[in-house]
Amino acid sequence: MRVRKLKEWLIEKSILLSGIFSVVFVVLIFLFLLREGLSLFRGESVIDFIFGKSWYPISDPPRFGILPLILGSLLVTLGAAAISVPIGIAAALYIAEVAPLRLREALKAGIELLAAIPSVVIGFIGLITLGPWIKNLFNIPTGLTALTGSVTLAFMAMPTIVSIAEDAITAVPRQYREAAIAMGATKWQTTWRIVARAARPGMLAAVMLGIGRVIGETMAVMMVTGNAAIIPTSFLQPVRTLTATIAAEMGESVQGGPHYAALFAIGIVLFVITFLINGVADLYLHRSRR
Amino acid sequence: MVDPAAKFSIRAFHVHYGQFSALRDLNLEILANEIFTVIGPANSGKTTFLHSLNRLIDLVPVSRCRGEISLDGIDIRRGLEIEVLRRKVGIVFALPLPLPISIFENVVYGLRMQGIRDPRRLNEAVERSLRESYLWEEVKDRLRTPAMNLSGGQQQRLCMARILAGQPDVLLFDEPTSGLDPISTARIEETLLILKKKYTIVLVTNNVAQAARVGDRTAFFLMGDMIEVSDTGKMFTTPADQRTSDYITGKFG
Repeated sequence: MRVRKLKEWLIEKSILLSGIFSVVFVVLIFLFLLREGLSLFRGESVIDFIFGKSWYPISDPPRFGILPLILGSLLVTLGAAAISVPIGIAAALYIAEVAPLRLREALKAGIELLAAIPSVVIGFIGLITLGPWIKNLFNIPTGLTALTGSVTLAFMAMPTIVSIAEDAITAVPRQYREAAIAMGATKWQTTWRIVARAARPGMLAAVMLGIGRVIGETMAVMMVTGNAAIIPTSFLQPVRTLTATIAAEMGESVQGGPHYAALFAIGIVLFVITFLINGVADLYLHRSRR
Repeated sequence: MVDPAAKFSIRAFHVHYGQFSALRDLNLEILANEIFTVIGPANSGKTTFLHSLNRLIDLVPVSRCRGEISLDGIDIRRGLEIEVLRRKVGIVFALPLPLPISIFENVVYGLRMQGIRDPRRLNEAVERSLRESYLWEEVKDRLRTPAMNLSGGQQQRLCMARILAGQPDVLLFDEPTSGLDPISTARIEETLLILKKKYTIVLVTNNVAQAARVGDRTAFFLMGDMIEVSDTGKMFTTPADQRTSDYITGKFG
């Protein structure tokens, strides 16, 4: 009896410990970012950093304005969301509500496979296939543009959106569907007005997680967006994102120097953005559940 | 020979779920403005029967139906659009299932789905159907409050109102009081007795006494066969079949 109690105690505490650890890690990461990044603001104001229009980290004097990078990230993300959200939600509705059983299994497997493709491979395809195609289509000097990045990233966000939205749709109680159909609703009316509405919090979470993935994505976006740190005015221009900047420049920055600190400060900005996105999604999820 | 008073007329009707035979060779007439009650133990086919009448059975992917059911002389599989059929033949389920919106919106949900927007028509429909389901007096001052705040019995009467708003001909009830307390049950039963003046009612129930209280005619189903159908009074006093008698007196089931 006592052994059993001890076992219960051990299991309970180890689960508690792993829960605490995951939170502690997040806090530690943030603290580490702060420690490395905040030193930048001894010589630079936060306003100049966030709203500065030029990013010349290795000229003399260096200029650390990340507005072009923020806008680059936002532009690519918005474009990717505009492509992946409608297609992803529609695909989820099709898989959950319309597709025959066997096709549903095949599609789900296919989408999981899409999620498993390493981002560098997707970036590679974007670079050698999509880039030239966009270049010829719009007759522009380079195919490495924000649009190319958006399309590439849309492919990466899609599996997240589809699989989570599909779970949310499948979780809608069968009785809701039956009640609607019994009142003479058509298949489409039931799907759109009952099922999609009941699954809305879950679908929103899917969209948010998809967007979170897009904002944080680095490798593919670095390969296909051209990486010019200028303020973008159209989708057909090269842009540079926050993530790509860190990845590309970290190797050549002097450890402890202002450039190094600026890259960490970008990390802080990214952290805050993803934190906000997750926070909003969470808030919405909990509010709708009540 | 089709009885002119027959609302539903069912001829040689079978239902299979894959290999399983759920309903066999059913021949039956349901008359207009009667309360037709169906009793029987679990797996007797009574819910299958009920779901056949408005083709909810079609939602079960492995189901196959044979034979004919007609409503007012029209074959429900060939002569009627499925949405029209389901509006004419409303169903109230065992568990009340209000949608997570206001009382008013719950009642007009079906109407809005048909594209009716005129506020006057919607208001009229809400009052009429809530009166018919005897909920109006209890909720008339709080139509805009969430339907989820109602008690179980009120929710069930709200679900009835939701069906009534679409002006059906026939009301199907699938054990409508199985989740309710005795007082709510009594209110639902009173409501049924009044509703039958205007509608034809088919009531599936696990509660034999309920069938005796409200039924005009009663059918006893067992393992997919209809064992017996007769006037409710006759069935409960002098059942023709020994199995019916055993079930009614609680020897099995």
